[in-house]
Amino acid sequence: MKNLIGIIAVVLLLSSCSSGSSENVSLTAAGATFPLPFYNLAIKNYSKSAGTLLTYGGVGSGGGIRSLRDQVVDFGATDAYLNAKQEADMPAGIVHIPTCIGAVVIAYSLTGIEELKLSNENLTDIFMGRITRWNDSRIKESNPGVTLPDLAVTVVHRSDGSGTTYIFSDFMSKISVDWEKEVGKGKSLKWPVGLGAKGNPGVAGTIKQTNGAIGYIGSEFAFAQKIPVAQVENSAGKYVTPSLASISAAAKGEIPADTKVMLTCSSDPDAYPISGFTWLILYKEQAYNKRTKVQAEETVKFLSWIIEKDAQALAQQVNYAPLPEKTVAQARALLGTVVFDGQTLLK
Amino acid sequence: MKAILFLASVVVILITAGMVYSLMSGAIPVFKEFGLKFIVSSEWNPTEGREAYGALPFITGTLLTSLIAIILCFPLAFSTSLFIGEYYRGTKMASLTGTMVDMLAGIPSIVYGLWGFYVLRPLIVELGWSAQGFSIFTAGVVLAIMIIPYATSITTEIIKMVSNDLKEAAYSLGATRREVIFSVIVPNARSGIFTSYILAFGRALGETMAVTMLIGNSNIIPKGIFDSGNTMASVIANQFGEADGLKLSALVAIALLLFVITGIINGIGKLIIKKYSV
Repeated sequence: MKNLIGIIAVVLLLSSCSSGSSENVSLTAAGATFPLPFYNLAIKNYSKSAGTLLTYGGVGSGGGIRSLRDQVVDFGATDAYLNAKQEADMPAGIVHIPTCIGAVVIAYSLTGIEELKLSNENLTDIFMGRITRWNDSRIKESNPGVTLPDLAVTVVHRSDGSGTTYIFSDFMSKISVDWEKEVGKGKSLKWPVGLGAKGNPGVAGTIKQTNGAIGYIGSEFAFAQKIPVAQVENSAGKYVTPSLASISAAAKGEIPADTKVMLTCSSDPDAYPISGFTWLILYKEQAYNKRTKVQAEETVKFLSWIIEKDAQALAQQVNYAPLPEKTVAQARALLGTVVFDGQTLLK
Repeated sequence: MKAILFLASVVVILITAGMVYSLMSGAIPVFKEFGLKFIVSSEWNPTEGREAYGALPFITGTLLTSLIAIILCFPLAFSTSLFIGEYYRGTKMASLTGTMVDMLAGIPSIVYGLWGFYVLRPLIVELGWSAQGFSIFTAGVVLAIMIIPYATSITTEIIKMVSNDLKEAAYSLGATRREVIFSVIVPNARSGIFTSYILAFGRALGETMAVTMLIGNSNIIPKGIFDSGNTMASVIANQFGEADGLKLSALVAIALLLFVITGIINGIGKLIIKKYSV
């Protein structure tokens, strides 16, 4: 018995030693699933080089915000920036650090049709249930020369709450007054028509299995799976194919200093119109809930790494558009405002 | 020994009570906002500033899918029980069938969902019953298969338990086998048989994953059994991740309603058993 106690004591001592050393500090984060492939890859690479133990839970933006509010994570992640009420609910001030740009693409399944252009009116009519067949004259108008089949349009949307839905509905609210009035924007909606499927894989799978289906999917998933996507009309009236270049172009315009902006309907003529930032969120004052200074330093160190070149190259590997130079500078300035007991942490 | 048993039972009661308490306290905000309208309203709008929550589409979906499931399940499960428990009782064929049915219970629900998605759904489209194959009926069929083992195994045991003296007496009076089954075995075993179907129905009420994959997840009251809809368990599983505030409360309230509905059905079951038991 005495031996056993001795062993336990030694084990405890050892484990407390290792967690105390600065090299093996562990950080936890949770939130959005949309940038999950990027964060997983970034964390894997970062942990290897920096030795910091990082865990990220893809629990959804809402879960990320809740976790940060309850102070159970070092930082959270969200696809939609916090509104005034949500920020007021936080126990202290927070900052939003953009990490990459994603987009929402319109995927469809029509046998034999490889190129499809959809005007803003087409999108509104389809997703509000006013166009019910593919050979509708309104779709024909945007696609001269394409023979569209006499087939029912099946709208597929997300059944779970999602940042992807938020970006999509934000875009729809900007292009259509009717949509704004009847449906609005949010992470989950009161859909006028269509079927719900869970997650990007669910929506993509349902579209693939149903001839005549159309729906929206996160660009990173569509690019990785090589799913056929429609060209969407942007603010300049141009039909744009979503690509890393056209998505990145969406952030070329004026971005406010706090980076809290939706990138949908960017004024840039080359921009893909359904694009958006995704953010990591953290408290401005890092000294809370018995956190150590080392923990705070490591948090800021990771965030300042993820916005720079090396990590941004990783983002492109998994099909996210990188932040433009200007936005990186803005993000760095924001990280400069994060403090521990009033002391700046960014090095 | 007595103390341990007592403690264990108290813990079980505490857990149940704790669950009811947490569900109730979580559901308070939405009942404060909408009152009993929450149960009878069919409006489900999570958009900020226009929030309105009504559980009727999900209650309808849950009851319809489970009802379809139990109706489709009954002829299959009941015949199988008679096959194993009476006609081929004790034979290799019966034990093989019994094992197969029990195996059905062990298959994870996601596998049923996948099977429904890739096999049953295209079939329903092919038959022209529904344009995309996602419907209350599709979910009901898969549910029916999922609950077969629950209904079958208990019914089989009950049928086997009917005393041989009774059966032999009937045979000696010149009864045919069919007459023995319907005039001796079924009346004797009816309360047990009924219990097994109540259990199976309860299982169908709460099934989530396979239903989510096949029902179409539209938050509206279905216009028919070949229309898409949603169930209580499915909407909770789908929307819980991103929910907060009033919406979270609405989901908790749906969970509470599901708890209550399951309770009511079990209660009705118990009453009927009491009335008919011999």
